[in-house]
Amino acid sequence: MTYQTVSAFAQTYGLAALFIMFTVAVTYALWPGNRAKFDRAAKTPLEED
Amino acid sequence: MSFRYLLKPSDRVACAWIAASKDSERELSMSGKANEAGMGAPIVVGACLAFGAILGLGMASKAVDSGIYFHGLLFFVACLAGGVALIGKVSRDRSGANDRNTRYNDGVIRAGVIASTFWGIIGFLVGLTIALQLAFPELNFDTPWTNFGRLRPLHTSAVIFAFGGNVLIATSFFVVQRTCQAKMEAEYGAWFVFWGYQLFIVFAATGYVLGITQSKEYAEPEWYVDIWLTIVWVAYLLVFLDTLRRRKEPHIYVANWFYLAFIVTVAMLHIVNNLAVPVSMFGSKSYTLLSGVQDALTQWWYGHNAVGFFLTAGFLGIMYYFVPKRAERPVYSYRLSIIHFWSLIFLYIWAGPHHLHYTALPDWAQTLGMTFSIMLWMPSWGGMINGLMTLSGAWDKLRTDPVLRMLVVSIAFYGMSTFEGPLMAIKAVNALSHYTDWTIGHVHSGALGWVAFVSFGALYHLTPVLWKRDRLYSLALVNVHFWIATIGIVLYITAMWVSGILQGLMWRAYDNLGFLEYSFVETVEAMHPFYVIRALGGGMFVIGALIMAYNLIRTIRGDVRDEPSQVPAAVPAASS
Repeated sequence: MTYQTVSAFAQTYGLAALFIMFTVAVTYALWPGNRAKFDRAAKTPLEED
Repeated sequence: MSFRYLLKPSDRVACAWIAASKDSERELSMSGKANEAGMGAPIVVGACLAFGAILGLGMASKAVDSGIYFHGLLFFVACLAGGVALIGKVSRDRSGANDRNTRYNDGVIRAGVIASTFWGIIGFLVGLTIALQLAFPELNFDTPWTNFGRLRPLHTSAVIFAFGGNVLIATSFFVVQRTCQAKMEAEYGAWFVFWGYQLFIVFAATGYVLGITQSKEYAEPEWYVDIWLTIVWVAYLLVFLDTLRRRKEPHIYVANWFYLAFIVTVAMLHIVNNLAVPVSMFGSKSYTLLSGVQDALTQWWYGHNAVGFFLTAGFLGIMYYFVPKRAERPVYSYRLSIIHFWSLIFLYIWAGPHHLHYTALPDWAQTLGMTFSIMLWMPSWGGMINGLMTLSGAWDKLRTDPVLRMLVVSIAFYGMSTFEGPLMAIKAVNALSHYTDWTIGHVHSGALGWVAFVSFGALYHLTPVLWKRDRLYSLALVNVHFWIATIGIVLYITAMWVSGILQGLMWRAYDNLGFLEYSFVETVEAMHPFYVIRALGGGMFVIGALIMAYNLIRTIRGDVRDEPSQVPAAVPAASS
């Protein structure tokens, strides 16, 4: 395993994988169907003592 | 290789511990009588303690240096004390003196609140001592044990790991139970995490004073202490996950995400950064596995993410629970909190190389560290805005509730230091700021302003809840603490800004013949007034913490100070 193979992997598959993962996270956060769930979750700290 | 050999059986011990707690729980459900504890767990715990005692004695008897001799005996004594505590607990459980039917498992959290306060004061006092040593070097007293070089890691470890770590463990156990509406059933596991962590602190602290160090910043403890912390940390992760698994609601509240990221990432950082080969299995000295620039990069990958995941992600978990709780308002934007979490996690891990600008580290890696540091502005400020805006509709509470004020000011300091950090990571700025007191000032605006203030807010909120008191002993004293500590922080960081920039400019000043304008000792001399001001600010911060300790002790004792309520009385309805 040389520096070149590692950097080639990081700049192609690695970059794509991280970018896709991040896109999934943002999509999940902004998905309209999740709105009700998140509104409920935002009040979680207020429920118990 | 020896490291792996040692790690494996010890991990098994940790798993046995957790399994033991599970055993007791299964027996509980089988017997159907929750107040009758089974004997499976105590027997496993007792066997582990006996094994530990033998191990400690064995290390001490074969010790090749005085440090490991002392720590072996210490481990032996700790295991004996654990045995005595175990017998006491079992007898109380069997006589029914321990109420096991409580909704939540809060005993270990109460211990955590006390330990946090105790270690906080120790850590701040050592910090004040070394600040005074820098201003007045005679205070080193010319002994190896009181030398600045040994006391400085004592200070950093005491405040970050002993104070901060105990706050994080206690609040995470509190928050995960409340937000999951689930009891932390791994009782022995939780107590093992608490006492195991205190033992780690004592190992580390006594080791520094005796001169045992592997000289990695924020990771000074030697190999055997690192293995012990690994065991404790894995147990912590398992206890946390076990409680999370019992949650009523399928969605995991965002504070728990931050806590989980903190626990998992710190485990990863700790193991990789501490890969080392001991010189002897019965000696304290080890050699690091990596060398040269690889070692430096690993160390700052660890060092910066200790800031990112220990001092930021973990304490953001505190923010996302205690700020909404105290303001009695929902999180301003839950969506933003999710984006905050993931972007912080994705970006922070790459920022470490900014600690190695203009070194042997390849240029591209330095630029990578700088770029990711600048990008960190976005999640940091997103999180700060989310925390502050949670107060919308409740801003008036700032006038009446000094605890909330402390939490809000901590968020403001979070915003300020996460603005300053990326700025200092820019190479051109770093050329001036690096190795100067500006860095120390930056660290303390984050550590005192953000980490300590958000912790104080959490401790003030937790104490009446955990000891079932109506309110704190005195809100007026919280107010005094707030102001004295805030002024102390401002004195500290402004003194360090001036001295840091002065220092940086003096180092790079050339005369018209191209020689350095100042000798090094002249720059040291110029720092003196600022070191005195810094010690003054630190002293005020210590006094504030002592006031807090007094207030918390009186609250625990159930005292309530008679003081006029800060809440304005309701306006009487006009008589018609």
